[in-house]
Amino acid sequence: MATTAQGFDAHHDDHAHADHHGADHKPGFFARWFMSTNHKDIGTLYLIFAIFAGIIGGGISGIMRAELAEPGIQILGTWVQLLGGDGASMDANYHMWNVFITAHGLIMVFFMVMPAIIGGFGNWFVPLMIGAPDMAFPRMNNISYWLTVAGFCSLLFSLFVPGGTGNGAGVGWTVYAPLSTSGSTGPAVDFAIFSLHLAGAGSILGATNFITTIFNMRAPGMTLHKMPLFVWSVLVTAFLLLLALPVLAAAITMLLTDRNFGTTFYDPSGGGDPVLYQHLFWFFGHPEVYIMILPGFGIISQIVATFSRKPVFGYLGMAYAMVAIGFVGFIVWAHHMFTVGLDVNTKMYFTAATMVIAVPTGVKIFSWIATMWGGSIEFKSPMVWALGFIFLFTMGGVTGVYLANGGVDDYVHDTYFVVAHFHYVLSMGAVTALFAGFYYWFPKMSGKMHSELLAHLHFWVFFIGVNLVFFPQHFLGLDGMPRRIPDYPAAFEMWNSVSTTGYYITMVSVAIWLLNVAYAYLAGRKAPGNYWGEGATTLEWTLSSPPPFHQYETLPVIDDSHDYHDHRPEKA
Amino acid sequence: MSAAVSVDQRNVRVGMLAMLGALAMLGLGYASVPLYRLFCQVTGFGGTTQRASESDADIAARIAQSAGGSTISIRFDANTANDLPWTFRPAQPTDTVQVGIRDLATYVARNNSDVPITGTATFNVEPEQAGRYFNKIQCFCFTEQTLKPGQQVSMPVLYYVDPAALDDPNMKGVDQITLSYTFHRVKEQGL
Repeated sequence: MATTAQGFDAHHDDHAHADHHGADHKPGFFARWFMSTNHKDIGTLYLIFAIFAGIIGGGISGIMRAELAEPGIQILGTWVQLLGGDGASMDANYHMWNVFITAHGLIMVFFMVMPAIIGGFGNWFVPLMIGAPDMAFPRMNNISYWLTVAGFCSLLFSLFVPGGTGNGAGVGWTVYAPLSTSGSTGPAVDFAIFSLHLAGAGSILGATNFITTIFNMRAPGMTLHKMPLFVWSVLVTAFLLLLALPVLAAAITMLLTDRNFGTTFYDPSGGGDPVLYQHLFWFFGHPEVYIMILPGFGIISQIVATFSRKPVFGYLGMAYAMVAIGFVGFIVWAHHMFTVGLDVNTKMYFTAATMVIAVPTGVKIFSWIATMWGGSIEFKSPMVWALGFIFLFTMGGVTGVYLANGGVDDYVHDTYFVVAHFHYVLSMGAVTALFAGFYYWFPKMSGKMHSELLAHLHFWVFFIGVNLVFFPQHFLGLDGMPRRIPDYPAAFEMWNSVSTTGYYITMVSVAIWLLNVAYAYLAGRKAPGNYWGEGATTLEWTLSSPPPFHQYETLPVIDDSHDYHDHRPEKA
Repeated sequence: MSAAVSVDQRNVRVGMLAMLGALAMLGLGYASVPLYRLFCQVTGFGGTTQRASESDADIAARIAQSAGGSTISIRFDANTANDLPWTFRPAQPTDTVQVGIRDLATYVARNNSDVPITGTATFNVEPEQAGRYFNKIQCFCFTEQTLKPGQQVSMPVLYYVDPAALDDPNMKGVDQITLSYTFHRVKEQGL
């Protein structure tokens, strides 16, 4: 099977409809990147887009951390003036803050993590890992990408039009009614909602594409129970997207009609109920957090197996743990709304159901550890990032179990404790998984080796930085500092200044990463097909780096002698 | 599956099924609006009160009589939305009633503006677990109310507290139920 790719250039393409110049000749620049139907090119576009959006979203968090470094309002006024408002008005300053938290949340969720982990790595490696020549619907893949870009433009545009108290949508990423309906006049919130419609439509089409590709286009012999765990994770994620996003679409369409066409879905004066919006939002919102983390689980499974030179421990348990997390993720949503006035029995159910999720999650954590147990471990950069993921995600998971208690949540609801919790699982969990995947696959995608030294340095600076940002926020939350405020009593100053220092350290780590990418392109060694050695057994390692423009003209066959998945039976 | 079905055809079939699934969830999102209302009405969720007929009330009264005469205090609360120039208040702030026995409470509303205005009242009770036991036989909140300029009206509520409340552990320690109304201006283009 390893000959599939190498023998490819010599292979004559004699299909009647094939490209005249031979299949590996790429189309011109515009056709290749703007009308792309190639899963690898679209994956690259998604990754570039996610890096761009991530720098904007991360920059906004820098403004927020700088403002929070000490009590009082220091720098918001400057930004109000930059966007054409009255910088001296306190209301305009507070609104600017709300605009920043909204933009940061929406950008990071919809335009950084999702495009990178599903659109980027999913598009690149799902077809490669299952032995498919491309995605099932290549043109729809292109539409998905450009819808996401259009959504991002709509969100950025909302910053420059009136949103009630000032320019921009200041409603939080949750867009709760009535703040988002009668509380925010002007078109900014409409543009923000429309941005979610566009990004959501793109993701639904993408999910359809992944489901079809994984069900129909696996190479001969690649049964569902032989698929690499990354493919499993994307399959489960695609189902979550398909079932959760339309509910968000319905909820925010009702917001739009409440805002513009006089309906009263969320307005009590017409018989509606704002709490209904919260139920609908979190019915989407809770699966959404698994959408962001499940592909990360898949990436970590590939990396831990590769660098332990062992098959994944408990492959089926790992796959079905993800299915279980996905399923239970749909029936726990009200733990985000413990303070809306649920009765004690309802709270008891949602507390218990939420804690059940710790069981399959624990299965995954312990299976990663068991995979490493007795393995021949190499601490290459992806492995170091993966270990960082396991540590940081577990910390966020522990505070998650803590927050799942309705009684505890009454105390820490909407405090910095919650902020610390979800940044440990997302900003540190999902993002470390992204960087782990990046270092694992970057040479495969680019054909150039990165610097292992810089990658390790990136990890340690990042690890220290993000822990300094978010660990003190646990203390702030337990001491009662509310989230979503730009100013605070002096008693909270010390841990806030530590947190802000951590942000600057994290930014240094991002600079090291960008330097590493520059190094790879300018001076990096050429990457061989399988640069991680015998631990890397999935199908993408049988191809050259970068893979040919079209791969698997002859489909690989998976049988007992060529078992290209990550739980191959150990040779007797 | 026959070999004649190409990969492309199978792809379209699976893709269509997936899109159907997404459409079904979109429909479910909208269906949640009436389902949520129904859920609140049936379970008394969030302090949603119940509607009862005269015959229900007769049965409740007989049960209450045989169970002995517990009493409960009812507090009446009245609010108006910001954009509604009405005065709205209960005729008396509290009342002590026998559980299971019908009681008539009266609210007074007055239109302070010089134009006729139509209003509609939203309602619930606190504590929320009392919602399923608070039964209204007649209420001004069941219909829209139009007041002429300067007109003042008395509006009745005929209600009783279901004696089943005495057996519910969640109602232990509840010795007062607050019945709250908020009047809103009826939107011209409202649903």
